[in-house]
Amino acid sequence: MSAATTAVPAAAEAARGTRRRAPLSDRRRQEARLGLLLASPAIVVLLAVVGYPILQAVWDSLFNYKLTNPDARSFVGLGNYGLILSDPIWWQALGVTVLITVVTVVVELVLGFALALVMNNALGALRPGLRTAILIPYAIITVVSAFAFRFMFDLTSGFVNAWLPFVGDDTDWFASFGTAVTVISISEIWKTTPFISLLLLSGLAQVPGELQEAAKVDGATWWQRMRRVTIPNMKAAIMVALLFRTLDAFRIFDNIFIMTNGAAGTESVSFLAYRQTIQRLEIGIGSAVSVLLTIAVALIALMFVKGFKVNLAASTRAGR
Amino acid sequence: MSARAKVWWWVGGIAIFLYCLFPVVWIVSLSLKAPADLDDGRFLPSSVSWQNYELILSGSASELFLPALRNSVGICLIATAIAVVLAALCAYAVARLDFPGKAFVLGLSLAVSMFPVISIVTPLFNIWRSVGLFDTWAGLVIPYLSITLPLSIWTLTAFFREIPWEMEQAAQVDGATTAQAFRKVIVPLAGPGVATTAIIAFFLAWNDFVYGISLTSTEAARPVPAALAFFTGASQFEEPTGAISAAAVIVTIPVVVLVLLFQRQIVAGLTQGAVKG
Repeated sequence: MSAATTAVPAAAEAARGTRRRAPLSDRRRQEARLGLLLASPAIVVLLAVVGYPILQAVWDSLFNYKLTNPDARSFVGLGNYGLILSDPIWWQALGVTVLITVVTVVVELVLGFALALVMNNALGALRPGLRTAILIPYAIITVVSAFAFRFMFDLTSGFVNAWLPFVGDDTDWFASFGTAVTVISISEIWKTTPFISLLLLSGLAQVPGELQEAAKVDGATWWQRMRRVTIPNMKAAIMVALLFRTLDAFRIFDNIFIMTNGAAGTESVSFLAYRQTIQRLEIGIGSAVSVLLTIAVALIALMFVKGFKVNLAASTRAGR
Repeated sequence: MSARAKVWWWVGGIAIFLYCLFPVVWIVSLSLKAPADLDDGRFLPSSVSWQNYELILSGSASELFLPALRNSVGICLIATAIAVVLAALCAYAVARLDFPGKAFVLGLSLAVSMFPVISIVTPLFNIWRSVGLFDTWAGLVIPYLSITLPLSIWTLTAFFREIPWEMEQAAQVDGATTAQAFRKVIVPLAGPGVATTAIIAFFLAWNDFVYGISLTSTEAARPVPAALAFFTGASQFEEPTGAISAAAVIVTIPVVVLVLLFQRQIVAGLTQGAVKG
């Protein structure tokens, strides 16, 4: 992708070319055929596993189709979409999803940057230990962390009410919308901030040391160096972290399922799709919600790639 | 760096340790509480009890937990193995060969990794029921490929690009056969990347919840995360807090041990082929 990485294969190719003395175009064609042959199983599987079901979902979403009454299946065109988009339940779920996404991503970005700075500056014995510790939240499955936080804030088993001086001992965190969303967001933030901070840490490593030194010599304060040198040079890493976390947060499901099961108005778009399809067996409406969710995720990705000019090819290889 | 700054970086470092370990210590401590102490509202248990572990390993909850553990291990290993083999072929082609559609391969896997799992679940639920894959191992292995395969392609491509492939030719010039050159030069160079990719892919599969609860209905295929969500107490008034905590600790230990063993490679793999967390 970058000049440095293509240079090596090009040289190797040249070496191979002279050694075999085969006509270049022939060898090229052979290589192309081998490349396609090796890549095609993975591509076929990806298309079959994701492409086919999503087409099926688009098709199913055009029908009034309930598994409890399969014989009444009838074509309704875009009727399901009209039904969903005119229903406050959809807008409530979308609102909750956007709220959780924005709050967690912003907090994670700030917190993740702070963690990355500490890891970048921590000295001696602490550094390898920190790299290990930061991977623990990443390694723990979301359902387990959701249970840990649920039990923490729980009325009977939890200790949070006793520890926090400004809340009553009988505060039921999961009973009202504000507090429930707060706890859901906290567990999401705990679990995924380390991933952001690892990406930002590799971004920090890319900031040229000479630039920092030059700014220091010129008398720039720590904050000025951060704003004028460090952050601009990390733009690619920040953008990629933002994109991945935004898309990931937008799909939030596990935490909500474990903590509130959608009660207190905490149902996300993913949860709505799950409830319609798996619990209510409304294949038609559930499919339409799934398609709308897919469109939303695609729009977010498009917005990032076009609007923020994220160069995925370059920045997913951050860190060298 | 001044002495004061050093102190602050140490304070920051210790704060990170607390941050990372806090919920883990809590769930471990909860799992060690005796049933009578579960609701005492204390962070640490007043005395250590193994009753919760007995409950899920040999007691009444073991019928739920042990089959789920077996399902999770089996399904995740199979899905990881398939993904890594297919991805290795694909990543080798992308990293080493010139063929049309390279950008499409990477673009497709990136798009799939960003795809909301729930959107695939809806149609699969219906298809699997009609073809008999609902509540079977294969019925989870196949959708798990949508999680493990894209990430494996990206990470392995990043790793394979780092390998100095000319060394293979150099070995052949020095008189090694193609097979020898591959085995003695490429396998040791590519091995760590493949292992890291397998670990990361395994995590992602192990972490899945949506497929697990949607495409299974009994202990025939239900994986651990889904089983945890369906744990119930001895009576409807009893919360299965202790059993869930103990089961949570058991499914966490092997994963954390893997992370601790391979932390260096995992950090490299995550940041180089960063596709999903």
